[in-house]
Amino acid sequence: MDWWPLGNFWAHFAVFALAIIVFVLLMVMVFIWFERRAFGPFQMRWGPNRASPWGALQPVADAIKVLLKEDIVPAVADKWVHFIAPVVGFLPVLLIFAVVPFHDGHGLIPDMSIGILYVVAISALSVVGVFMAGWSSGNKYSLLGGMRVIAQMVSYEVPLVLSIISVVLVAGSLSMNEIVAAQEIPFFVLMPLGFLIFLIAAMAEINRGPFDLLEADSEIVAGFHIEYSGMKFAMFYLAEYGHALAMSAVAATLFFGGWRGPGDEYIGFLWFLLKVFFIFFLLIWARVTFPRLRVDHLMGFGWKFLFPLALMNVFVVAAEMIVWGEIDGGMPWWIVFINLPAALVLIYLWSRLFRFGGGRVGVNA
Amino acid sequence: MSSIAKVLNWGRHYSTWPFGSGLACCAMEMVATASSRFDITRFGMDVFRASPRQADLFIVSGTLTWKMAPAVKMLYDQMAEPKWVIAMGACAISGGTFAHSYSVVPGVNRIIPVDVYVPGCPPRPEALIYGVMMLHKKIDKRKFRQQD
Repeated sequence: MDWWPLGNFWAHFAVFALAIIVFVLLMVMVFIWFERRAFGPFQMRWGPNRASPWGALQPVADAIKVLLKEDIVPAVADKWVHFIAPVVGFLPVLLIFAVVPFHDGHGLIPDMSIGILYVVAISALSVVGVFMAGWSSGNKYSLLGGMRVIAQMVSYEVPLVLSIISVVLVAGSLSMNEIVAAQEIPFFVLMPLGFLIFLIAAMAEINRGPFDLLEADSEIVAGFHIEYSGMKFAMFYLAEYGHALAMSAVAATLFFGGWRGPGDEYIGFLWFLLKVFFIFFLLIWARVTFPRLRVDHLMGFGWKFLFPLALMNVFVVAAEMIVWGEIDGGMPWWIVFINLPAALVLIYLWSRLFRFGGGRVGVNA
Repeated sequence: MSSIAKVLNWGRHYSTWPFGSGLACCAMEMVATASSRFDITRFGMDVFRASPRQADLFIVSGTLTWKMAPAVKMLYDQMAEPKWVIAMGACAISGGTFAHSYSVVPGVNRIIPVDVYVPGCPPRPEALIYGVMMLHKKIDKRKFRQQD
């Protein structure tokens, strides 16, 4: 840490912990505004535009309102669990940012040798908070939402981790900073299939877009946070967007080369931010385009489509690493011409094979 | 009016989340208000909350029967303070055409307090938006420690 003027571990820790909290809170505000404004053109409307120019202060108004709303705890609720659930849901989201490299080697602990393993382990924890909320509210709909989120997270964790494995194979390291350093060519070009699988699994992991089954309005009212109001509800809102931000940051690091980009080396942070926004835009795009999946279709899609595809992706990348892995200390650029057709063929094949009963019977379950 | 009240009222003004409930045909006009042509999103009201715990504004849209009345009363009680109610349409205001019927509540103000009445049968989306703007005016005048 010779770049750091104080040269003290605890000073570094305190400053970056504070910086990350501020970064997450600010970016969540910006993301909420960005999403609601981006919905406008997609749905041929304006979006929020009354609260200050371009509705820029809309999230501020939401925050003021929701923080000062009455806090209701149901009489049948498990009071202590009901109180602690939003914190348990939000804490892992904040912890993910500990290993994200915001700039070359700059972050809380960007050089942690098991960085990406840490991200996978921590991000799976937020499901505990959601289930605690669902269980403790003493409401059948919230419990259903909690049950759904467990099934969904367990199913989509598998393809997520498998797509990360292909990245780790090529980069040759679990450290987030070294994964970025290994990306002479961004990995979404080298491994388009891996990126697609990661993006879809991440969408399911953060319970957004077409996978927001745990708070499906038309089926289970508001899902796991049905009994939450005021500040605790705001925490869940924060956790949802914070998780989207975290997954965008991880995707930018793993597949878009994080802080790498043309130009001066000091603008690495801006490149990182730009890529995070781009991936968040992809998430918004999917959310506003696709209708919500049915529960059985969700599980079928996860286990019968994404999981085999992720396995094939790992197999293809591993075989390529054995054959060409030693050239110039990395994957050669022309691997694109093998991986892109391979991705298209695999997706086509699986879309043909992924039919219940070979396409002969419908699903009546 | 204190400056704290101003800030609070500003927040509540621009973030009045409606409760996603509809009773009768007026609900269709409420849905049209939320759709892109009339675009209630502009006022920051695009978050139609499905749970009464998180909603600020109860738009009672349409005929309220005595059989439905306990449910509406319960939903209103479940909403967290501060909360507002718009009575939308002639039936919600006074029972409308069915005012003398044995089964229709002659005005929702018999069971829950109403802030703004929006007349019409059904009111056009523009009328509902005007009602929402009247409600915004009411919110702006709110005192810091006001109990409704």
